[in-house]
Amino acid sequence: MADRKTLTFALMDPPYENARSTTALRLIHIAAKRGYDINVFAYEGSVFLAFANQKPHPNAMHGRNVEEENHVLTKELVSSLIQETRRNGGKVDWVNCGLCVDERGAVEAVEGVRRGSPADFLKMAEGSDNTLVIGTRG
Amino acid sequence: MANYLLIESRDPFDSNDTRFLYDLAKQLKQQGEAVTVFLVQNGVLPARAGARADGLSELAKAGIPILADDFSLRERGIPSDRLMVGVKPAPLDIVIDQLVDGCKAVWH
Repeated sequence: MADRKTLTFALMDPPYENARSTTALRLIHIAAKRGYDINVFAYEGSVFLAFANQKPHPNAMHGRNVEEENHVLTKELVSSLIQETRRNGGKVDWVNCGLCVDERGAVEAVEGVRRGSPADFLKMAEGSDNTLVIGTRG
Repeated sequence: MANYLLIESRDPFDSNDTRFLYDLAKQLKQQGEAVTVFLVQNGVLPARAGARADGLSELAKAGIPILADDFSLRERGIPSDRLMVGVKPAPLDIVIDQLVDGCKAVWH
């Protein structure tokens, strides 16, 4: 599709710590619903968004088991976004910064996420209709 | 004329640097650029009617469109009919719309 739009998002924040991750995933979801091509460059702590070893947990304080707690895992959200984009005719290129992965031990990622470098981000931005950098709070 | 989308995720009660974004918006407007300010997350807090938020109200007085993420408003219990004059609730889709239209987007 010649007129399909391509958007690139650069993320920096780890999951479960602040609202920026939630907003970033909301934005990507909107683009996924529209079937856009989506590039994500996950930098620094955001490499944990797609970390495959995330596990749901119970909530002993509220007496809920794992099923009842139904804890949201961002790795599942990332997989869902990739699948929804594909269903709508788009594709996702989700790149985790390799150095950020190594220094955090976040090597295992869900299917559809690859390892790369900031050079990939440059290529993504150059090949996109637009880029949004959601920087962490300095 | 370029189209700028300035996204403010911080509130002025917690972050002194929101003034930088407000000033940037005013300067762009003064230079004849098209600029929209989109408030998200705690960035919507100063949009409450009656809030002590001179910086944001100055933008409204300058005629700069100010949009507030409707989800962020609901999360914080801010009714859309209790917003400062000049601020309108809007879906986050607006950000994607403007990105595909080629705006220059700045996240803060």
